Amino acid sequence: MGLSIDLKKKVNGFDLDVRWEIGKELAVLFGYSGAGKSMTLQLIAGLMKPDEGFVRSGTNTFFDSSSNINISPQKRSIGYVFQDLALFPHMTVIQNITYGGNGLPKEEKMKRALEMIERFRLAGLENKLPSEISGGQKQRTTFARALLRKPDILLLDEPFSALDNPLRLEMRGVLREIRQEFVIPVVLVTHDITEALTLADRLIIYSNGKAAQSGSPKEIYDNPENPDVERLLKTFYREHSCFMQRFKKETTIA
Amino acid sequence: MDSSNLFSMRLSLQVASVATAFVVVVGICIAYVLARKNFRGKEIFDMLLTLPLVLPPTVTGYYLIVIFGRNGFIGKIIYEWTGWTIMFTWYAAALASFVVALPLMIKTARAAIESVDKNLINASYTLGHSEFDTAIKVILPLAKRGIIAGAVLSFARAMGEFGATLMLAGNIPGKTDTMPIAIYSSASAGEWSTAHIMVILLTVMSGSFLYLANRYSERII
Repeated sequence: MGLSIDLKKKVNGFDLDVRWEIGKELAVLFGYSGAGKSMTLQLIAGLMKPDEGFVRSGTNTFFDSSSNINISPQKRSIGYVFQDLALFPHMTVIQNITYGGNGLPKEEKMKRALEMIERFRLAGLENKLPSEISGGQKQRTTFARALLRKPDILLLDEPFSALDNPLRLEMRGVLREIRQEFVIPVVLVTHDITEALTLADRLIIYSNGKAAQSGSPKEIYDNPENPDVERLLKTFYREHSCFMQRFKKETTIA
Repeated sequence: MDSSNLFSMRLSLQVASVATAFVVVVGICIAYVLARKNFRGKEIFDMLLTLPLVLPPTVTGYYLIVIFGRNGFIGKIIYEWTGWTIMFTWYAAALASFVVALPLMIKTARAAIESVDKNLINASYTLGHSEFDTAIKVILPLAKRGIIAGAVLSFARAMGEFGATLMLAGNIPGKTDTMPIAIYSSASAGEWSTAHIMVILLTVMSGSFLYLANRYSERII
């Protein structure tokens, strides 16, 4: 039960042509802006239609151009967290969360929503509007909403990019907790190298609409095929070891 | 203020309310389609619906006679089936107001619907909600201000409708003389005091309605 895609799409002179396959792991799509990462998520979710190719989740085919299959986004059972979170501004926290339980019986929906409220530490905020809660609380509400239907796949489009650093660290922790409970393929789009290296089971490097390289962070670090990536990884490593040295020195003195 | 003034006032409110009710329902549907769908002839469709905004109301009225008059291509069918014609009834005044006010609703509602964040709509779809469900629960509530503004403008326009109404409903005292038409009659007959009262009344009514609606639409969101 994994996710495999083969997608071709031309829009306004941009050419996306990617194929990759992941299991029940966290795959990070990493690359510069405009490399086609977010577009890949939209194609997987059915918000955009590929020109050619397929999207398969386990034994389900969401899209296949050769057999004319195109399942609507509503029926794909995908949890999608948007970059700007896309919380409905006119609905309260609890209304936003239960909105994600379409098709569930009312009691089941409420039961799951209350579980989510507890899991994501949102108790007491049920009747607040998104404009009345903090950035981290909004983030957790979005996760609760996306996971209420127990989706088969979770897609995260730069979910933490709008947060400041401490919150970002906290949210990475939340994501790790989610992964212990929901064993499903997770695709995270980011152009934050720390996020990519610390969270990824598998790193898929995007460059100019192509998946240039795919592997574990270590594999890619040891053998980077893309010169941009090589430079980026080396810079990151230098910065990181700088930090470690200082940290060691200062703690020894203290 | 005599009974004929009161009648005109009641008739104007009745005509404008009925016209606005239809404008809201029809206008929202058309605005949604224009904002969210692409189809052949979309621009021509939009242009045709906007025409009454720029055409002289007498021209709009003329077209309505051609369509709904006793010998008009729809009016004829209705007359042959039922022996009834909309001409020179208060329904005709409501129809004229509807056609003239509709573009105001479509323009404002379309702009409001187009300004709803696309990600919110996509989020609703990925959360399993159909397009209709999304329109009712996400798009329309978020476009509420524009829709209310459009309804208010339409109501005010319908209250003031004169030219097309005169062509289609005529000027029948006690039957189709809405306030603007009664004002015209009084003024042309030199009954200035009657005209005065109704002019002030119409101005105060339209003004206070706009004021209240503005205040209300500021409070939401």
